[in-house]
This record gives sequence, structure tokens and C-alpha cells, in this order.
Amino acid sequence: MEWIMAIAIGALFMIGVYLILTKSLLRVILGTSLLTHGVHLLLLTMAGLKRGAAPVLGSGSDSYTDPLPQALILTSIVISFGVTALFFVLAYRAYQTRGTDEIDGEEVGGKGAES
Amino acid sequence: MNNLLVLPVLLPLSIAVLLMFFREKIVLQRMIGLIGGIANIAVALAVVFKVRGNGIQTLHLGGWAPPYGIVFVADMFAALLLLAAAVTGLAVLIYSFSSIGRERERHYYYSFFHFLLVGVYGSFLTGDIFNLFVFFEVMLISSYALITLGGDKKQLREAPKYLLINILSSTLFVAAVAYLYAAVGTLNMAHLSLRIAEAGQGGVLNVIAVLFLIVFSLKAGLFLFFWLPGAYGAPPFAVRALFGALLTKVGLYAIIRTFTLIFPGDPSFTHGWIAWMAAATMILGGIGAVAYRDIPRILNYNVLIGVGFVAFGLASATRDSLDGVAFYMLHDIIAKGWMFVLGGMLISAAGTDRLDGMGGLIRRRPGLGWMFFILALALTGIPPLSGFAGKVLIVRGGLEDGMLTLTLVALASSLLTLYSLIKIFREAFWGTEPDSDRDQNRAEELPVDTHKSKPSESLNGGIANISAILLLVVVIVLGVGANGLLGFTSQAGETLANPGLYIEAVLGE
Repeated sequence: MEWIMAIAIGALFMIGVYLILTKSLLRVILGTSLLTHGVHLLLLTMAGLKRGAAPVLGSGSDSYTDPLPQALILTSIVISFGVTALFFVLAYRAYQTRGTDEIDGEEVGGKGAES
Repeated sequence: MNNLLVLPVLLPLSIAVLLMFFREKIVLQRMIGLIGGIANIAVALAVVFKVRGNGIQTLHLGGWAPPYGIVFVADMFAALLLLAAAVTGLAVLIYSFSSIGRERERHYYYSFFHFLLVGVYGSFLTGDIFNLFVFFEVMLISSYALITLGGDKKQLREAPKYLLINILSSTLFVAAVAYLYAAVGTLNMAHLSLRIAEAGQGGVLNVIAVLFLIVFSLKAGLFLFFWLPGAYGAPPFAVRALFGALLTKVGLYAIIRTFTLIFPGDPSFTHGWIAWMAAATMILGGIGAVAYRDIPRILNYNVLIGVGFVAFGLASATRDSLDGVAFYMLHDIIAKGWMFVLGGMLISAAGTDRLDGMGGLIRRRPGLGWMFFILALALTGIPPLSGFAGKVLIVRGGLEDGMLTLTLVALASSLLTLYSLIKIFREAFWGTEPDSDRDQNRAEELPVDTHKSKPSESLNGGIANISAILLLVVVIVLGVGANGLLGFTSQAGETLANPGLYIEAVLGE
């Protein structure tokens, strides 16, 4: 099971890095979002993909799955969700003001040239 | 167990939430912020003296015992930084009253300001590495808001880059935590330290250590600072003061905490890396500070020199230099906040941020000029001021450890600091006042001023002066009272040098 996850994580990182290296801000944001997905899978896999029972007291099983990684991933997902939303809004605003969605791109139109 | 420890986080959090309800009542917002800032200093003082009297304080959140629950820990190092951050926070808040502009105040500037403080204080206090990540994010998301707030072109050009670099480093942070959890199976810092000491810090743990170093260096501006001069040049000066004084220092604090507590096992490898990064930061920061002729960039590169200097203290990691690190961090938080406040006042007095367009300001603003001069001396480390004791201790520690080259680089970087700031002092305050045909630049260089209502300008100048004088007094008190303060910083250095104390306080109960 772990090797499938490893390939999936690798693919997500690869695509994420490729997208981040492009110029368009929209692609960059998609890249960061894929990268965080990759990291969440990494966190899940690194903590061990055990097939124990749910970690509930008194459920009568001997082996439990470690619940901590799920809690960490949940926290991280919430944070990356918020940050991605903010980044999209910022990118839209930057596009409106600067007239381009390229990071470091030449500004088009807008309120006149400024260094 | 001590419930006092949650107050530094709870207080700015409740103030930030409260402020959201008074969007249009700006005077009320300022009052609440001011009261909150003073209360924060009081709480931080209480924490410092509690730690001074009773040793390291801990708080088990939710009553869960340490290896399982999240724990807040205040050792002397964290408590002192808490106090310095609270003092600088108050001064920057007062400076914001006069400089930030009405539009930003109406758009929740003070709320974001206090949320940022929540993140900073939380990062200092937490004893759990994933919780550190969460507080980092609280701090960073507020900083995203603050760097964008106002939305002029320069901000919108720099903000996406700033967001991108921080999202990347946060992603790496989670990855590093994942590897660490897989390797040792815990997230509590004291427990981590214990388990890593048991297992021995070998190959895999060294790789994880370097990953953490990369993550925190990106945030602190230690060597990986390519994003910093641009990003810190975008927002108004009050926000820059906050960023320059606090954000980079939180990154540095995280480096110091992880490499004194969690990964102290293989210093020749990890601390060797830190040493070279520190040297490169000081050299490149020094070159940048000397090379540029616009004030924002000179100030930004001076932030980097300070970061490199503290990292040098950590790299030698002798008892003396760790005392020095605690002292110098204290000084650096306050002095860098002061530097940006004075820089902001200077630029709004001169009407331009280029050195070439300035001159003769000493006639109009003598107080500002001499404060800038004192600032240059303090940052260089001239004896009666606050930079001296920390620099002496760090340099002595470096010599004890035999790092001769690095010590020379550190001393040379002090000279470059002095040169770059005296250059500003000489060209902006002395010489002749240039002709006034430079007005076409004014509006664009100073987005802050365009929003400001003109009649209250003298009042605004007065408020800004209060902030600058407050920090001036603190810098002088830190310098003159260095002898008394050394008792506190050496308690901080003792915990840093001896992680056993920290572990015992957290897990021993």
C-alpha cells in the first residue's frame, strides 16, 4: 500500500512544483494547492497506514489506528483552504489593478506607469 | 501549571475580535488597542517575574498531560521575548495612529494587528511543534492581510510573491513534521528532545533537522532572504516595523528553540550549516545595506544583518554566546521596531525615500535627527546603548569556540551597519536642502500620506514622536540597566544551554 502512496505523493509534488514554476498566478495557486495535498498524503503515509480498529475506547479491539495524523491533517487542510481562498482573491485583485496575472509581469493599463 | 500563560494569547485575541464590532468608531478602536497593548506589557512583565522567581512555567491546555496534550511553556527566553514583543507592539501601535491612514483603520487594520500579535506570542509560548506551525500560520495569515491592506500597486505586486514563499515554507514545515513524527513518534518538543537524545542524532534525524532549518530560515530571512527586501518594501512603515521587529525574530526564535532543544546532538553538522548561513547573511546583508541609496532598502538589509548576527551566536552555542543571543534578540526586536518608526518619520518629513532628494533636515527636525544618530550607535553596539552587551557576549562566545573568521565577519558587519546608517544621517540631516522640484514623486512614494487628512498633521507628528521616544527610552534603559538585565538573560541562556531543565519542567511533574 505504501508504494502506491509514495508514487501518488511524488506525482503531486512533481505537478505542484511544475505549476509553481510557471508564470501565471492562477497556475501557481493551483500548484500550491496540489503541493499541500501531497504533503497531507505524506503525513498520512509517514505515520503508518495501519489497518486497526477506530481509536474509540471500549470498542473491544486490540490494535488501534493512530488518530493523531488525521487531527494534524485536518488542521492543515483547514489552514491551506483558507490561505488558498485568500490567495485567489488576492490574485484576482492584483489582476484587476495591474492588468496582468503574471508574477513580476509587465503591468498593462491601470493607473499609469510606476516603477 | 499556571493559567497566567494563556493570557498573552487570549488577550490580543479577544481584543482583535472585539475590534471587529467597531468598524466605524476609529477613536474607540485606538483606545481599545492602546489599553490592550498596555495590558499585554503588564501580563508579559508578570510572566517574566514569575519565571524569575519560580523557574520555568508550564500550562497543560485542556488538562492533558504533556506527551499527549498541547503544552504552553514559558522559560526565561520566551518570557523576555514576549516582553520585548509587547513593548514594540505598543510602540508600533501608537505609531500607526498617526501614519496608517483612515482607510486602513476602517478596514480592520487594528484587528489584523492584534491577530498578528496572537501568532507571535503563541509561537514564543508553545511547547508543541505542530502547535508552533498553527501559531506560525495565525501570524502569517495576519501578515498576508497586513501586507495587502490598502491594495496599491506596489503592494499587489509584492504580496503574491510573499504569500507564495510563505505557503511553500509552510508546506515544507508540515512535511518536516511528518518525517519527524514518523521517526520518533511524538510532537511535544521536550519529549522529542528526550527521544532524539535516546536514539542518537544520526543520518535521518540530521536530514530532518536541515529541513526544519530551511523552513525556519525562509521565515527568518537567514540566508534564504531573497524575498525579504522586496516584500518588506511594500506595506506602510508601521507594518514594516511590525514585520521587521517581530516576524523575522519569530523565525529566529524557532531556529534557536529547535536547535538548542530538539537537535543539539550533532553540532558539528547542524551548527556548521548555521554558521555558514549566518556568515553569508551578514556579508550579503552588509553589502546590500551599503550599496543601496533608497532608505527602505537600507533598512531592510539592516534587518538581515541582525538576523545573521543572532544566528552566529547560535552557531557557536557556548554558554556566553547563548546569553548573548537572548540579550541581543531582546535588543534587536526593540531597535528594529524603532528603526522602522524613525525611518517612516524621516521619509514623511522629507517627502521622498531617495537619499539624493534629501538634505538639511536637521534644521526642521533636530529631535528626529539625533534619535536617528543614537539608533545608528545602538545598532552598532556602542557601550551605553542596548546593542553592546549582547554583541560582547556573542563575540566572546564566538572567540571561545574558536570561530575566528566568523567573529571577524560579525564585527565587520557591525561596521557596515554603522556606515549605512550614518550615511542616511549625514545625507538626510546635514547638507543643503534640495530644491522643491521633486514634488511629482511625492504622491506615488507615499501612499500613506495621500489618505491622511492634512489639518491634523502636527498632531500626527506628536503621536509619532511619542512612539519614537518610548522606544528611545527602552533602548537606553536596556543599555544602562544591562547589568541588572544580565541576570535575566543568563537565566535564559542557562535553559538554552541545558535542555534538561526544559525537559524536566515539562515532563517532570
